[in-house]
Amino acid sequence: MSAEIKITDLHLDVLKEIGNIGSAHAATSLSQLLNRKIDMYVPNVQLVTFDEMFDLAGGADETIVGIFLRIQGDVSGSMFFMLSIDCANHFINLLTGEESFDFHRMNVTDIGISSMQELGNILSGSYLSALSDFTGLKIHPTVPSLSVDMVGAIISFGLIEVSQYSDEVIVIDTEIREEGMKYSDSIKGNFFLLPDPHSYATIFQSLGVL
Amino acid sequence: MMTKTEIVRVGISDWNIVKGNATIRTAGLGSCVGIVLYDEFKKIAGMVHIMLPDSSLDRSARINHAKYADTGIYMLMELLKSEGGRPMSLKAKIAGGAQMFQYGSTDTLRIGPRNIEAVKQVLRRLAIPIIAEDTGGSKGRTIEFDPTTSMLSVRTVNSEPKEI
Repeated sequence: MSAEIKITDLHLDVLKEIGNIGSAHAATSLSQLLNRKIDMYVPNVQLVTFDEMFDLAGGADETIVGIFLRIQGDVSGSMFFMLSIDCANHFINLLTGEESFDFHRMNVTDIGISSMQELGNILSGSYLSALSDFTGLKIHPTVPSLSVDMVGAIISFGLIEVSQYSDEVIVIDTEIREEGMKYSDSIKGNFFLLPDPHSYATIFQSLGVL
Repeated sequence: MMTKTEIVRVGISDWNIVKGNATIRTAGLGSCVGIVLYDEFKKIAGMVHIMLPDSSLDRSARINHAKYADTGIYMLMELLKSEGGRPMSLKAKIAGGAQMFQYGSTDTLRIGPRNIEAVKQVLRRLAIPIIAEDTGGSKGRTIEFDPTTSMLSVRTVNSEPKEI
Protein backbone atom coordinates (compact mmCIF):
# COMPACT_ATOMS: atom_id res chain seq x y z
CA MET A 1 0.00 0.00 0.00
CA SER A 2 2.29 2.72 1.21
CA ALA A 3 5.97 2.90 0.50
CA GLU A 4 6.79 3.65 4.13
CA ILE A 5 4.77 1.25 6.28
CA LYS A 6 3.50 -2.24 6.01
CA ILE A 7 -0.16 -2.33 7.01
CA THR A 8 -0.88 -5.14 9.47
CA ASP A 9 -4.12 -6.54 10.89
CA LEU A 10 -3.53 -4.42 13.99
CA HIS A 11 -3.42 -1.31 11.83
CA LEU A 12 -6.64 -2.29 10.09
CA ASP A 13 -8.29 -2.78 13.49
CA VAL A 14 -7.17 0.67 14.52
CA LEU A 15 -8.61 2.17 11.34
CA LYS A 16 -11.82 0.28 12.01
CA GLU A 17 -12.01 1.78 15.47
CA ILE A 18 -11.49 5.22 13.98
CA GLY A 19 -14.40 4.57 11.63
CA ASN A 20 -16.50 3.32 14.52
CA ILE A 21 -15.97 6.39 16.63
CA GLY A 22 -16.42 8.87 13.82
CA SER A 23 -19.53 7.31 12.41
CA ALA A 24 -21.13 6.77 15.85
CA HIS A 25 -20.98 10.52 16.35
CA ALA A 26 -22.30 11.20 12.89
CA ALA A 27 -25.20 8.79 13.44
CA THR A 28 -26.07 10.51 16.73
CA SER A 29 -26.09 13.90 14.99
CA LEU A 30 -28.29 12.55 12.27
CA SER A 31 -30.73 10.97 14.77
CA GLN A 32 -31.08 14.31 16.51
CA LEU A 33 -31.47 16.24 13.30
CA LEU A 34 -34.20 14.01 11.93
CA ASN A 35 -35.66 13.00 15.26
CA ARG A 36 -35.54 9.32 14.45
CA LYS A 37 -33.33 6.46 15.40
CA ILE A 38 -30.44 5.96 12.98
CA ASP A 39 -28.41 2.79 13.13
CA MET A 40 -24.78 2.64 12.35
CA TYR A 41 -23.19 -0.47 10.96
CA VAL A 42 -19.72 -1.35 12.07
CA PRO A 43 -17.31 -0.12 9.48
CA ASN A 44 -15.61 -2.29 6.99
CA VAL A 45 -12.00 -1.58 6.51
CA GLN A 46 -10.80 -3.06 3.27
CA LEU A 47 -7.94 -2.82 0.89
CA VAL A 48 -9.65 -2.68 -2.50
CA THR A 49 -8.88 -1.80 -6.09
CA PHE A 50 -10.35 1.44 -7.41
CA ASP A 51 -12.90 -0.47 -9.47
CA GLU A 52 -13.92 -2.49 -6.40
CA MET A 53 -14.40 0.74 -4.52
CA PHE A 54 -16.81 1.98 -7.19
CA ASP A 55 -18.69 -1.29 -6.80
CA LEU A 56 -19.02 -0.68 -3.04
CA ALA A 57 -20.87 2.51 -3.90
CA GLY A 58 -23.15 0.88 -6.48
CA GLY A 59 -20.99 0.69 -9.63
CA ALA A 60 -18.98 3.24 -11.65
CA ASP A 61 -21.96 4.16 -13.81
CA GLU A 62 -24.58 4.51 -11.09
CA THR A 63 -25.89 8.01 -10.43
CA ILE A 64 -25.65 8.99 -6.78
CA VAL A 65 -25.63 12.00 -4.50
CA GLY A 66 -22.14 12.50 -3.17
CA ILE A 67 -20.78 14.93 -0.64
CA PHE A 68 -17.05 15.29 -0.83
CA LEU A 69 -14.54 17.10 1.32
CA ARG A 70 -10.82 17.15 1.80
CA ILE A 71 -9.21 16.70 5.18
CA GLN A 72 -6.23 18.88 5.97
CA GLY A 73 -4.05 19.49 9.00
CA ASP A 74 -1.87 16.89 10.69
CA VAL A 75 -3.30 14.30 8.35
CA SER A 76 -4.78 14.64 4.89
CA GLY A 77 -7.25 12.62 2.95
CA SER A 78 -10.64 12.56 1.28
CA MET A 79 -14.02 11.91 2.74
CA PHE A 80 -17.26 11.06 1.00
CA PHE A 81 -20.79 10.76 2.23
CA MET A 82 -22.77 8.97 -0.43
CA LEU A 83 -26.47 8.39 -0.77
CA SER A 84 -28.70 6.84 -3.37
CA ILE A 85 -30.89 9.41 -5.10
CA ASP A 86 -33.99 7.96 -3.44
CA CYS A 87 -32.39 8.34 -0.02
CA ALA A 88 -31.29 11.88 -0.69
CA ASN A 89 -34.81 12.77 -1.81
CA HIS A 90 -36.19 11.14 1.32
CA PHE A 91 -33.75 13.11 3.50
CA ILE A 92 -34.69 16.38 1.91
CA ASN A 93 -38.40 15.61 2.31
CA LEU A 94 -37.81 15.00 6.01
CA LEU A 95 -35.69 18.10 6.46
CA THR A 96 -37.66 20.62 4.43
CA GLY A 97 -41.10 19.12 3.87
CA GLU A 98 -40.60 19.53 0.12
CA GLU A 99 -42.35 16.47 -1.23
CA SER A 100 -41.72 17.17 -4.90
CA PHE A 101 -37.97 17.53 -4.57
CA ASP A 102 -36.40 14.98 -6.88
CA PHE A 103 -32.76 14.65 -7.90
CA HIS A 104 -33.87 12.07 -10.49
CA ARG A 105 -35.70 14.63 -12.56
CA MET A 106 -33.49 17.46 -11.43
CA ASN A 107 -36.60 18.94 -9.89
CA VAL A 108 -34.47 20.64 -7.29
CA THR A 109 -34.72 23.79 -5.24
CA ASP A 110 -32.04 25.89 -3.59
CA ILE A 111 -33.41 25.14 -0.15
CA GLY A 112 -33.28 21.41 -0.86
CA ILE A 113 -29.71 21.56 -2.14
CA SER A 114 -28.54 23.68 0.75
CA SER A 115 -30.19 21.41 3.30
CA MET A 116 -28.36 18.48 1.72
CA GLN A 117 -25.10 20.40 1.94
CA GLU A 118 -25.83 21.29 5.53
CA LEU A 119 -26.45 17.65 6.26
CA GLY A 120 -23.06 16.85 4.78
CA ASN A 121 -21.51 19.57 6.91
CA ILE A 122 -23.03 18.28 10.11
CA LEU A 123 -22.27 14.62 9.48
CA SER A 124 -18.73 15.07 8.29
CA GLY A 125 -18.06 17.64 11.00
CA SER A 126 -19.19 15.34 13.79
CA TYR A 127 -17.33 12.41 12.25
CA LEU A 128 -14.09 14.32 12.00
CA SER A 129 -14.26 16.09 15.35
CA ALA A 130 -14.68 12.70 17.04
CA LEU A 131 -11.67 11.53 15.11
CA SER A 132 -9.67 14.56 16.14
CA ASP A 133 -10.57 14.08 19.83
CA PHE A 134 -9.65 10.43 19.67
CA THR A 135 -6.28 10.82 17.98
CA GLY A 136 -5.28 14.22 19.33
CA LEU A 137 -4.53 15.26 15.75
CA LYS A 138 -5.54 18.53 14.18
CA ILE A 139 -8.01 17.78 11.43
CA HIS A 140 -9.63 20.52 9.37
CA PRO A 141 -12.30 19.68 6.85
CA THR A 142 -12.76 21.85 3.77
CA VAL A 143 -16.27 23.03 2.96
CA PRO A 144 -18.12 20.02 1.54
CA SER A 145 -19.16 20.00 -2.11
CA LEU A 146 -22.25 18.31 -3.38
CA SER A 147 -22.43 16.48 -6.66
CA VAL A 148 -25.13 14.40 -8.29
CA ASP A 149 -23.26 12.30 -10.76
CA MET A 150 -21.74 8.93 -11.59
CA VAL A 151 -20.01 7.02 -8.79
CA GLY A 152 -16.78 6.67 -10.76
CA ALA A 153 -16.63 10.35 -11.62
CA ILE A 154 -17.21 11.46 -8.03
CA ILE A 155 -14.96 8.99 -6.22
CA SER A 156 -12.04 9.08 -8.63
CA PHE A 157 -11.54 12.69 -7.60
CA GLY A 158 -10.75 11.50 -4.09
CA LEU A 159 -8.32 8.89 -5.41
CA ILE A 160 -5.91 11.27 -7.14
CA GLU A 161 -3.47 11.44 -4.21
CA VAL A 162 -3.57 7.71 -3.51
CA SER A 163 -3.19 6.83 -7.17
CA GLN A 164 0.36 8.16 -7.29
CA TYR A 165 1.36 5.48 -4.80
CA SER A 166 -0.86 2.54 -5.51
CA ASP A 167 -3.67 0.96 -7.49
CA GLU A 168 -5.41 0.01 -4.28
CA VAL A 169 -6.89 2.02 -1.46
CA ILE A 170 -7.83 1.42 2.15
CA VAL A 171 -11.49 2.29 2.50
CA ILE A 172 -13.01 2.89 5.90
CA ASP A 173 -16.63 2.30 5.01
CA THR A 174 -19.55 2.82 7.37
CA GLU A 175 -23.15 2.23 6.57
CA ILE A 176 -25.87 4.18 8.32
CA ARG A 177 -29.50 3.19 8.21
CA GLU A 178 -32.82 4.21 9.66
CA GLU A 179 -33.86 1.77 12.35
CA GLY A 180 -36.78 -0.56 11.74
CA MET A 181 -37.25 0.40 8.12
CA LYS A 182 -37.17 -1.92 5.18
CA TYR A 183 -33.87 -1.83 3.36
CA SER A 184 -35.43 -0.34 0.26
CA ASP A 185 -37.11 2.68 1.80
CA SER A 186 -34.83 3.35 4.70
CA ILE A 187 -32.30 6.08 5.00
CA LYS A 188 -29.11 4.48 3.93
CA GLY A 189 -25.77 5.99 3.26
CA ASN A 190 -22.07 5.25 3.24
CA PHE A 191 -19.18 7.17 4.65
CA PHE A 192 -15.89 6.59 2.91
CA LEU A 193 -12.77 7.83 4.62
CA LEU A 194 -9.63 7.68 2.48
CA PRO A 195 -6.50 8.84 4.26
CA ASP A 196 -3.69 9.88 1.90
CA PRO A 197 -0.87 7.31 1.98
CA HIS A 198 1.62 9.54 3.79
CA SER A 199 -0.91 10.10 6.61
CA TYR A 200 -0.98 6.50 7.81
CA ALA A 201 2.25 6.86 9.74
CA THR A 202 0.88 9.95 11.53
CA ILE A 203 -2.38 8.23 12.44
CA PHE A 204 -0.70 5.08 13.74
CA GLN A 205 1.89 7.07 15.62
CA SER A 206 -0.76 9.15 17.38
CA LEU A 207 -2.40 5.94 18.59
CA GLY A 208 0.84 4.25 19.55
CA VAL A 209 0.70 1.39 17.07
CA LEU A 210 3.59 2.25 14.84
CA MET B 1 -25.63 -13.84 -39.67
CA MET B 2 -25.13 -11.21 -37.02
CA THR B 3 -23.64 -12.37 -33.79
CA LYS B 4 -24.56 -10.70 -30.54
CA THR B 5 -22.50 -7.62 -29.86
CA GLU B 6 -20.10 -7.99 -27.02
CA ILE B 7 -19.02 -5.09 -24.81
CA VAL B 8 -15.41 -5.02 -23.69
CA ARG B 9 -15.15 -3.14 -20.41
CA VAL B 10 -12.24 -0.96 -19.44
CA GLY B 11 -11.81 -0.10 -15.75
CA ILE B 12 -10.04 2.87 -14.22
CA SER B 13 -6.29 2.83 -14.99
CA ASP B 14 -7.05 0.05 -17.39
CA TRP B 15 -6.90 -0.57 -21.13
CA ASN B 16 -8.01 -3.01 -23.78
CA ILE B 17 -8.60 -3.41 -27.50
CA VAL B 18 -11.53 -4.51 -29.60
CA LYS B 19 -12.04 -5.70 -33.17
CA GLY B 20 -15.08 -5.93 -35.43
CA ASN B 21 -18.40 -6.80 -33.92
CA ALA B 22 -17.86 -5.65 -30.36
CA THR B 23 -17.78 -2.30 -28.62
CA ILE B 24 -15.44 -1.00 -25.97
CA ARG B 25 -16.67 0.94 -22.97
CA THR B 26 -15.54 2.74 -19.84
CA ALA B 27 -17.87 4.07 -17.15
CA GLY B 28 -17.87 7.06 -14.84
CA LEU B 29 -15.04 9.21 -16.21
CA GLY B 30 -14.65 12.29 -14.06
CA SER B 31 -11.30 14.06 -14.10
CA CYS B 32 -9.93 10.98 -15.83
CA VAL B 33 -9.71 10.93 -19.63
CA GLY B 34 -10.78 8.08 -21.88
CA ILE B 35 -8.71 7.89 -25.05
CA VAL B 36 -9.78 5.83 -28.04
CA LEU B 37 -7.26 5.06 -30.78
CA TYR B 38 -8.64 3.41 -33.90
CA ASP B 39 -7.93 2.36 -37.44
CA GLU B 40 -11.26 2.81 -39.21
CA PHE B 41 -10.46 0.57 -42.18
CA LYS B 42 -9.07 -2.29 -40.14
CA LYS B 43 -12.00 -1.93 -37.68
CA ILE B 44 -9.71 -2.16 -34.72
CA ALA B 45 -9.79 0.14 -31.70
CA GLY B 46 -8.22 0.44 -28.29
CA MET B 47 -9.18 2.39 -25.19
CA VAL B 48 -7.21 3.53 -22.17
CA HIS B 49 -8.72 5.18 -19.06
CA ILE B 50 -6.00 7.39 -17.62
CA MET B 51 -6.09 9.06 -14.18
CA LEU B 52 -2.99 11.25 -14.19
CA PRO B 53 -1.09 13.32 -16.76
CA ASP B 54 2.48 12.14 -16.36
CA SER B 55 4.26 8.98 -15.19
CA SER B 56 6.92 11.10 -13.46
CA LEU B 57 4.28 11.52 -10.71
CA ASP B 58 4.49 7.81 -9.93
CA ARG B 59 5.83 6.86 -6.51
CA SER B 60 4.79 3.21 -6.45
CA ALA B 61 7.00 0.17 -6.42
CA ARG B 62 5.73 -0.98 -9.80
CA ILE B 63 4.22 1.44 -12.26
CA ASN B 64 0.86 0.78 -13.87
CA HIS B 65 1.41 2.23 -17.34
CA ALA B 66 -2.31 2.52 -18.08
CA LYS B 67 -2.71 5.09 -15.29
CA TYR B 68 -0.76 7.86 -17.02
CA ALA B 69 -1.35 9.79 -20.25
CA ASP B 70 2.23 9.51 -21.49
CA THR B 71 2.81 5.80 -20.88
CA GLY B 72 -0.81 4.66 -21.42
CA ILE B 73 -1.33 6.16 -24.88
CA TYR B 74 2.06 5.01 -26.11
CA MET B 75 1.46 1.48 -24.86
CA LEU B 76 -1.97 1.39 -26.50
CA MET B 77 -0.53 2.55 -29.81
CA GLU B 78 2.10 -0.20 -29.72
CA LEU B 79 -0.51 -2.84 -28.94
CA LEU B 80 -2.74 -1.68 -31.81
CA LYS B 81 0.22 -1.85 -34.19
CA SER B 82 1.05 -5.38 -33.10
CA GLU B 83 -2.60 -6.37 -33.61
CA GLY B 84 -2.76 -5.09 -37.17
CA GLY B 85 -3.57 -1.39 -36.79
CA ARG B 86 -1.57 0.72 -39.23
CA PRO B 87 0.38 3.41 -37.39
CA MET B 88 -0.14 6.10 -40.05
CA SER B 89 -3.91 5.49 -40.03
CA LEU B 90 -4.50 5.73 -36.31
CA LYS B 91 -6.93 8.39 -35.18
CA ALA B 92 -8.11 9.43 -31.74
CA LYS B 93 -11.31 10.38 -29.96
CA ILE B 94 -11.14 11.56 -26.39
CA ALA B 95 -13.57 12.35 -23.57
CA GLY B 96 -13.43 13.28 -19.89
CA GLY B 97 -11.22 15.67 -17.95
CA ALA B 98 -14.07 17.23 -16.01
CA GLN B 99 -13.62 19.39 -12.95
CA MET B 100 -15.99 17.52 -10.66
CA PHE B 101 -15.65 19.77 -7.64
CA GLN B 102 -14.95 23.46 -7.37
CA TYR B 103 -11.75 23.66 -5.44
CA GLY B 104 -8.89 25.44 -7.08
CA SER B 105 -6.08 25.65 -4.56
CA THR B 106 -3.62 22.96 -5.57
CA ASP B 107 -2.50 21.25 -8.75
CA THR B 108 -4.22 18.04 -7.74
CA LEU B 109 -7.55 19.76 -7.81
CA ARG B 110 -7.00 21.00 -11.36
CA ILE B 111 -6.32 17.46 -12.47
CA GLY B 112 -9.06 17.30 -15.16
CA PRO B 113 -7.69 20.15 -17.30
CA ARG B 114 -4.12 18.94 -16.75
CA ASN B 115 -5.09 15.48 -17.96
CA ILE B 116 -6.63 16.91 -21.15
CA GLU B 117 -3.53 19.00 -21.87
CA ALA B 118 -1.25 16.03 -21.34
CA VAL B 119 -3.33 13.75 -23.57
CA LYS B 120 -3.30 16.28 -26.39
CA GLN B 121 0.41 16.80 -26.07
CA VAL B 122 1.14 13.06 -26.22
CA LEU B 123 -1.15 12.59 -29.24
CA ARG B 124 0.53 15.51 -31.00
CA ARG B 125 3.92 13.99 -30.33
CA LEU B 126 2.79 10.65 -31.73
CA ALA B 127 1.21 12.47 -34.73
CA ILE B 128 -2.20 10.94 -34.06
CA PRO B 129 -5.00 13.37 -35.04
CA ILE B 130 -7.90 14.00 -32.65
CA ILE B 131 -11.05 13.56 -34.73
CA ALA B 132 -13.52 14.37 -31.95
CA GLU B 133 -13.52 15.26 -28.28
CA ASP B 134 -15.96 15.87 -25.46
CA THR B 135 -13.81 17.22 -22.66
CA GLY B 136 -13.90 19.58 -19.71
CA GLY B 137 -17.01 20.82 -17.96
CA SER B 138 -18.13 19.47 -14.61
CA LYS B 139 -20.02 16.29 -15.43
CA GLY B 140 -19.07 12.64 -15.36
CA ARG B 141 -19.15 10.67 -18.61
CA THR B 142 -19.60 7.08 -19.72
CA ILE B 143 -18.24 6.38 -23.18
CA GLU B 144 -18.58 3.53 -25.66
CA PHE B 145 -16.80 3.16 -28.98
CA ASP B 146 -17.96 1.09 -31.90
CA PRO B 147 -15.07 0.17 -34.23
CA THR B 148 -17.44 -0.68 -37.11
CA THR B 149 -18.81 2.89 -37.26
CA SER B 150 -15.92 4.74 -35.55
CA MET B 151 -18.52 6.53 -33.43
CA LEU B 152 -18.00 7.34 -29.77
CA SER B 153 -21.18 7.49 -27.72
CA VAL B 154 -20.95 9.81 -24.71
CA ARG B 155 -23.49 9.68 -21.90
CA THR B 156 -23.76 12.16 -19.05
CA VAL B 157 -26.19 12.20 -16.13
CA ASN B 158 -29.62 13.65 -16.94
CA SER B 159 -29.06 14.15 -20.63
CA GLU B 160 -29.44 12.20 -23.85
CA PRO B 161 -26.37 10.32 -25.08
CA LYS B 162 -24.56 11.99 -27.95
CA GLU B 163 -22.36 10.54 -30.68
CA ILE B 164 -19.10 12.15 -31.62
